[in-house]
Amino acid sequence: MSIRNIPREAILGLVIVALCGVIAARFPNFVRPSNLLSVATDTAPLIMLALGQFAVILTRCIDLSVAANLALTGMICALLNMAMPGFPMVLMLALALVIGAFLGAVNGVLVWKVGIPPIVVTLGTMTVFRGIIFLLSGGSWVNAHEMSDSFTQFPRIPFLGVELLAWIAVIAVTGVYLLVTRTPLGRAFYAVGGNPHAAVYTGIDVGRTQFLAFVLSGALAGMTGYLWVARYAVAYVEIANGFELDVVAACVIGGVAIAGGAGSVGGVVLGALFLGVIKNALPVVNISPFWQLAISGAAIIIAVALNARSNRPKGRIILKKAEHSHEPV
Amino acid sequence: MTEASGTRSIPDRLTSPLRRNLLGWESLLLIVGIAIFILNSFASPYFLSAWSLSDATFNFTEKAMIAFAMALLIVAGEIDLSVASIIALASTAMGAAATAGAGTPVLVLIGLGTGLLCGAFNGALVTRLGLPSIVVTIGTMSLFRGISYIVLGDGAYRGYPETFQWFGQGYVFWVISFEFALFAVLAVIFGILLHKTNFGRAVYAVGNNPTAALFSGIRVQRVKMTLFLLTGLMSGVAAICLTARLGSTRPSIALGMELEVVTMVVLGGVSILGGAGSIPGVVIAAFVLGLVTFGLGLLNVPGIVMSIFTGALLVGVIALPRLIAKWRK
Repeated sequence: MSIRNIPREAILGLVIVALCGVIAARFPNFVRPSNLLSVATDTAPLIMLALGQFAVILTRCIDLSVAANLALTGMICALLNMAMPGFPMVLMLALALVIGAFLGAVNGVLVWKVGIPPIVVTLGTMTVFRGIIFLLSGGSWVNAHEMSDSFTQFPRIPFLGVELLAWIAVIAVTGVYLLVTRTPLGRAFYAVGGNPHAAVYTGIDVGRTQFLAFVLSGALAGMTGYLWVARYAVAYVEIANGFELDVVAACVIGGVAIAGGAGSVGGVVLGALFLGVIKNALPVVNISPFWQLAISGAAIIIAVALNARSNRPKGRIILKKAEHSHEPV
Repeated sequence: MTEASGTRSIPDRLTSPLRRNLLGWESLLLIVGIAIFILNSFASPYFLSAWSLSDATFNFTEKAMIAFAMALLIVAGEIDLSVASIIALASTAMGAAATAGAGTPVLVLIGLGTGLLCGAFNGALVTRLGLPSIVVTIGTMSLFRGISYIVLGDGAYRGYPETFQWFGQGYVFWVISFEFALFAVLAVIFGILLHKTNFGRAVYAVGNNPTAALFSGIRVQRVKMTLFLLTGLMSGVAAICLTARLGSTRPSIALGMELEVVTMVVLGGVSILGGAGSIPGVVIAAFVLGLVTFGLGLLNVPGIVMSIFTGALLVGVIALPRLIAKWRK
């Protein structure tokens, strides 16, 4: 059995376990269950955003506006909480979901009905969303003392010893897993990314499928926006600035093909966890956090290089291809 | 993307030259630019002075220098998201050299050399390993800036030689800055390179159909490698100008500039899917974006709100011709 037959999730899982082992060799406290649990909880927002991005990338699109969506929805929730401290938190979560889905739908409509390339659409909406946060907040911060206790405590409510934030991530993972493996829409995501022309002939509406992927990505980003703002008890314009690239990175490390049509929920979760472990381990092992950016950059490059190796055509190549991969943007 | 070929899919030579010029992307942009110019002159009495207009050029000259090379890269069907990080790395290298007592010529060589090296790294990953450039450059974007953070941490480099600062603050003819003069010269060079040389034709061919280009004798990978080198080099040039103008290096220098550069290129009518676009379009887009930021600055609009306008301008200008074409149908 050669290395390319081992499932990517297994390799990634082993890498994460090995990484934890190396860290544990010097800092045993890092692998205490309680610490690992907190690492996983810290990574929950990245996991949820990566799940949405996964669906979008599956359909050969990309969503660069997720972090801005998160920040905008989070700010709206924070302002709403300031105005109406008694607003029920479950409704708040639902509202965040709806606002996020709406922002995602804006992207989706521009891609589907107007036919603008996704990278251009989300580049534009990314800056527009950030600007709107400034207009809403006047550039000022919403701080912890301006938020109600129930607002900031909601993601931390323990259930079976685990914070609600982590449970919501588990629900999101399960939901997206069932969606992509058990429903016609999930199959359509793969089909559209795998071969859009063939997908049309099998009766799949390509544009509509891409639209729904954007709505899913937006809804997850919006929901995460509320949870993020509540957990860190602060909302401001620059929240999660640049986070969209972490999200794409998590997908790429998790083995999602940027050319669409390939990838798995398990890979995405492990890819996000990999970044989460690195992020949380650096301060523990006394490496300056300034190394984090370089390390995650190197991890992305290595992961994508491994991806390309495993996807190489087998057997003798008679005619050299002009391009190994086709870039959908 | 199947539906994204848009208005430029009909070969230009099938329409008469007059019609082509009147309905072309460049004239649409020019009209937008003139409208913004007129609005600006109403907005503030300070607008129409030679000095403030000259000052305004700094809003776009550095970005435009990179945008010229990026335009060629995008026409060839690739993208480089690491340009702003190359600026950070080149600026860090120059800062370290300046601290060690290097003179201006050495600093310039280091700046250009770092840019070329980074471009070569991107190019090698894309052409040798056949990786999608959007992922590779998301990785190197973190990697290059990460190295700057590792070197500088919270610190900064200052104390550049007096003569070096001329690149960002010097004037060639009374009111025309060195940067603007360089911008103009580069516009002509890149215009000739893309529109009047065999290399330029090869760039279009690679972007339109890499397989066909390969079989017609174009060395596809070599063309792409050259373009990555060129983009790296121009990032080095921009790093010299920006560092000289600011007089200091921080690891967060030019943060987020890659997206502004891509916005400029796409607004200039270059198809993000490759194969179409022109340098005059990018030049006009540079002016338009510069005028927008300058005009909004005169009105004391905060930077983050300006992003609403640039984002909306990007999506709006690209949506407009597509919507008109739809209504006609």
